[in-house]
Amino acid sequence: MENHAHIDESRDPLIIAERWISEGKDVAIATVVETWGSAPRRAGSHLVIDADGNFQGSVSGGCVEGAVVSEALETLTTGKPKMLEFGVADETAWRVGLSCGGRIKVYVERLAG
Amino acid sequence: MDASLLKTLNAERRARRASILVTDLAEGGGRIVREGDSVPGALGEAVSKCFRTGNSTSVEVEGRSFFLNVHLPQPRLLVIGAVHISQALAPMARIAGYPLEIIDPRSAFATPERFPDVTLHAEWPEDVLKRQPLDSYTGLAALTHDPKIDDFPLRAALEAGCFYVGALGSRKTHGKRVERLLAVGAPPEAITRIHAPIGLDIGAASPAEIAVAVLAQVILAFRSRGAEAGQKGEAA
Repeated sequence: MENHAHIDESRDPLIIAERWISEGKDVAIATVVETWGSAPRRAGSHLVIDADGNFQGSVSGGCVEGAVVSEALETLTTGKPKMLEFGVADETAWRVGLSCGGRIKVYVERLAG
Repeated sequence: MDASLLKTLNAERRARRASILVTDLAEGGGRIVREGDSVPGALGEAVSKCFRTGNSTSVEVEGRSFFLNVHLPQPRLLVIGAVHISQALAPMARIAGYPLEIIDPRSAFATPERFPDVTLHAEWPEDVLKRQPLDSYTGLAALTHDPKIDDFPLRAALEAGCFYVGALGSRKTHGKRVERLLAVGAPPEAITRIHAPIGLDIGAASPAEIAVAVLAQVILAFRSRGAEAGQKGEAA
């Protein structure tokens, strides 16, 4: 029988996160919680990160993933969730900005085992 | 979120049940709200809106920030009849994001040559629906206009609360269909949910144009789910 849920198990970030946890890995989940203007990924999109810096999914079109991964590694160490903001209007944006001109807010948390 | 919550969420998604992960952005805790759960107050209003629109959103409730991440099952289509219209509808629906399967017990119609890359069931709808039941995120289009094939799945679609139920055939054909459905005990108010004659009225003439009209009607039905206030509960 088909996969009637039409979930792509090999690419779905939440399914991958569950698998990583079952393999005993530490996992952080980053979620787009707000967008303004033209943003590449809609609210609810996920990037999942393990302690070795492996990641799956996306929160932008590849513009800010690097920064989110390094923040996530810190969250894995401290256990403290954080809220990140990326856009074109601030200093960070110059380094890891969104070329599309939008702004996004990303929530990063450690997946408690 | 913790691992057991993630497991529950993924299980809901695999089972094609709509759910929302509500995260308290200050405290960090999360919980799952299922469609039909009662959530009071402003949070409840936001929850209902999320289920209806499918858009995840941040909300402020009494000075606290929450993120509502809504997971709706992928809408899909079940087409009864491996007919000419279905041949055009299959690729269109796939591109529009409505994966489609076709059931037709007439094996001369349901051939892979006529339907490359489409999931085909050359069986009676009764048998297929036993294996893979309908749900409210499935739309059903009955296109054979043969009562022997169409009537059973139409009734099953009304019972399952499919977000779309359409049936090919003229007003006269549909009039007879309504009589048959009433005779087997389908509730009259449920029968009015059947779109017949099928498709938005765009003056479609060819099979491919009718497929466009059907797909447009499917999209309209999906995007306006819940707009008919209170209907959902009554249908059961």
